[in-house]
Amino acid sequence: MNDMTPIETTLKDWETDQEVRWCPGCGDYAILKAVQRTLPMLGADPKNTVFVSGIGCSSRFPYYVESYGFHSIHGRAPAVATGIKLANPQLDVWLVTGDGDGMSIGGNHTMHVLRRNLDCQIMLFNNEIYGLTKGQYSPTSRTGTPSPTSPAGSVDRPASPCAFALGSGARFVARSYDVSKDLPEVLKAAYLHKGAAFIEIFQNCIVYNKDRFDDFTDKAVAADRQVQCHDGEPLLFAKGARGLALDLETLSLKVVDVVEGDWQAAGVLLHNVRNRALAHMLVEMPFGPFPMALGVIYDDPAPTFESAVIAEREGLIAGKNADIAKLLARGQTWTVS
Amino acid sequence: MMATISSEYVEAVVVRFAGDSGDGMQLTGGQFTLSTALAGNDLATFPDFPAEIRAPQGTLFGVSAFQINFGSSEITTAGDAPDVLVAMNPAALKTNIPALKPGGMVIVDSGEFGKRNLEKAKYAENPLEDGSLAKWDVLAFDISALTLEAVKPFGLGNKEALRCKNMWTLGLALWMFDRDRQPLVDWLKAKFAKNPVLAEANIAALNAGHAYGETAELSGPLRKQHIDPVPSEPGLYRTVTGAEAISLGLVAGCRLAGLSMFFGGYPITPASAILHHLVKMKEFGVTTFQAEDEIAAICSAIGASYAGQLGVTSSSGPGIALKGEAMGLAVMTELPLVIVNSQRGGPSTGLPTKTEQSDLYQAVYGRNGDAPLPVIAARSPADAFECAIEACRIATQYMTPVILLTDGYIGNASEPWKVPDPETFAPFPVRFLEEKNGGDRVLPYKRDARGVRPWIRPGTPALMHRIGGIEKAVDSGNIDYAPDVHQLQTDARKARIDGIAGTIPQQEVCLGEAQGTLAVVGWGSTYGPIHQAVRRARRRGLAVSHVHVRHVWPLPGNLGEMLAGFDHVLVPEMNTGQFKTVLRDRFLIDAVPLHKTSGQPFAIAELEEAIGRFFDRIPGNEGGEVAVNETQLPAPEIEQP
Repeated sequence: MNDMTPIETTLKDWETDQEVRWCPGCGDYAILKAVQRTLPMLGADPKNTVFVSGIGCSSRFPYYVESYGFHSIHGRAPAVATGIKLANPQLDVWLVTGDGDGMSIGGNHTMHVLRRNLDCQIMLFNNEIYGLTKGQYSPTSRTGTPSPTSPAGSVDRPASPCAFALGSGARFVARSYDVSKDLPEVLKAAYLHKGAAFIEIFQNCIVYNKDRFDDFTDKAVAADRQVQCHDGEPLLFAKGARGLALDLETLSLKVVDVVEGDWQAAGVLLHNVRNRALAHMLVEMPFGPFPMALGVIYDDPAPTFESAVIAEREGLIAGKNADIAKLLARGQTWTVS
Repeated sequence: MMATISSEYVEAVVVRFAGDSGDGMQLTGGQFTLSTALAGNDLATFPDFPAEIRAPQGTLFGVSAFQINFGSSEITTAGDAPDVLVAMNPAALKTNIPALKPGGMVIVDSGEFGKRNLEKAKYAENPLEDGSLAKWDVLAFDISALTLEAVKPFGLGNKEALRCKNMWTLGLALWMFDRDRQPLVDWLKAKFAKNPVLAEANIAALNAGHAYGETAELSGPLRKQHIDPVPSEPGLYRTVTGAEAISLGLVAGCRLAGLSMFFGGYPITPASAILHHLVKMKEFGVTTFQAEDEIAAICSAIGASYAGQLGVTSSSGPGIALKGEAMGLAVMTELPLVIVNSQRGGPSTGLPTKTEQSDLYQAVYGRNGDAPLPVIAARSPADAFECAIEACRIATQYMTPVILLTDGYIGNASEPWKVPDPETFAPFPVRFLEEKNGGDRVLPYKRDARGVRPWIRPGTPALMHRIGGIEKAVDSGNIDYAPDVHQLQTDARKARIDGIAGTIPQQEVCLGEAQGTLAVVGWGSTYGPIHQAVRRARRRGLAVSHVHVRHVWPLPGNLGEMLAGFDHVLVPEMNTGQFKTVLRDRFLIDAVPLHKTSGQPFAIAELEEAIGRFFDRIPGNEGGEVAVNETQLPAPEIEQP
């Protein structure tokens, strides 16, 4: 985010005249609406907003947001965004990527944009499948995923985007899903975080990986299988009947039962967005025995890359004149008369 | 012609310093270059070093050499065969002695010719003793011991003391060629400002080498040489390497465009030097970004161009290959971008520190889809400055990526450069679109008469728009794959680049007439040897001209007609005939290739021989039999009737 004067806009102001071309029922529609709903809440200015994407279903996103937009090449959005932000730090830069674009072909750039801490919001739409190329397994597909390139089920072990982000040095890591009512809140927190904000958004690919996330997003099970992370609040789920506590013997999380609401007695941990160790444990919890951690998992700002680049340049050029004639005549010279 | 160095006045001399890669030969050569330039001689240099940072000491593959050709008339090449070879150890002698002219002088450090070093250099016998060097004048003295003696008062360790050997040798060379020591003394003091003892030790070694020349003057072939200054255009001069000249040209080009520069780079030999120079020029609105890889380097530059700066990226062949897809993105999004390719020997990792011109196909044709973009080739370190400005001009005026080809030879070599007056270059200010250009709409792909779309910076009110690598509708730039749209846009992209041919200077003949028996057509760093070879052939009365092409793509509008005026066209290249293919394709002419891919520049004699073959049937001409050991010196042009 930037320290700009808030601008008044409505959801309509963020819609383009382009026909949205995702499959009917695709989770991307919900994410697009959530973003278009959130931007007015943030006071964002369309003229100072740039959406940058790579390649894939998710990467069509910029065409549908009435702001500046750059649909670049596969996996390279973080690099394009870095150039944009360094050239004009006043711009609000959003990255839109997917599990293939951001974790596979562009994994390297994802790592570096996070470790450098470029001020931008990175939305990684994770549908655990390659959509645009018609359904091959992706780096986040669960082992055993049948697909055109893995007829007997994929054998690869999946990557965890949030664990990858933390490992790369991210200072903001959040998790949500396409139809979550909390998605705007998560996007808002990401926007307010100064630095690279990484948001993994589980997204339903209606055609190639339908309802993949129902095991924790379905209304019938959501309460039991989601733990909402709110800073300063206990990590409770199942309507407060269970919580996450620290197992001191294994130095890992454990699920504990909470009796009569006394979470303190059960040893349930308070969520602390500045606790990096806790963030690691929350994103590494195996789903199944544990619930899925959602919300802002980690948020601990550090100096941004562009501010460091500017400070470095200012230090180097302090007291120097940009005299080009002098520059050309640098070094030892001689005169021929 | 100097059979031995015995005359007191000579016109030009080629000296090669060779030693272990840790002996400081590049430094010695560089400083000798500087003192030569300060003496007012014209010069050309050729650094030749191994890819290993510190190859095992004393080995044949660890030899590093630096050649300089300097004289009192125009010098355009580093010279073919050295007149003087300074060999710091047996390996340096073994790898370099074959190049030395018969009768040339070799100076060796006899202190390094012990059993171990001779073995490492694979000498069965000591060449200083077995008579195998008889056809050269050998001067062997124990430079190691003489240096140790000279720096003794400073109490350095043995290893540190021996490091001053290169300064001792330099001192001797400065004496031989009547060069002033003072600039070196100043330089050493500045270089070792934090360690005055080292500065003094090095100066002592330098002085001792010089004094050795003085006192040894009466013995043997060692004589002091004086080379008169070149009568050159009045003005302020400095030496410049290609990498430096490109950096300066990019800064100047951005200034002429009224833009800040964003440079995205990833270290690679021999291109890194450009990034090293630019980080020191940040006060000129330069942002440098050392990216995580070549792809990020170019993509960040594209992002910066989108945001309204001039994006620049630079690499060498392998890195340029990685950038290929992103170049296509810049072609498709029609954003200005300068891509500098410091070519080296390929394919793959190839010869990282050796020179080659084998990326021409890659530059002209090397992208997926029909993705035309302008290609410019610099011919020398000084020329690289203007080429960089030209690249900035075309990129910003035509909203296109431009490839600037240079090579390891140009990048590392230095030559005297008349410091240009920045006021003499015509500015080409960029105008960004500030208001809607389609009634109540913004049309990012609405082309002007030249086919150029407007440049719109994010942050501009009311001009929000989306661009990308996907095919797009005319004017609006919205996604559109319709068959006629792709046809129209492909044609428009091609026509825009082809049209640049009308705005670049007409091709000129740089030596000789605009028609005749033979045109020798070159591009890039072959300029020097071609020029000298043509000059010599013309001195013998052959109707040969030298045409050197800067604008490799699109080619100057008059080039085809010009080449049609010659009976033959010879295209010497340090590749297997890439520009030849372009010329054949564009003009349907029988361009004859001349290849060289040894990692070394063309020798003048090689080119002269090739030229001679086109004149076999002319009475009185000895054809291909050009004497290789003929003088290396350029001579005045023969007046044409």
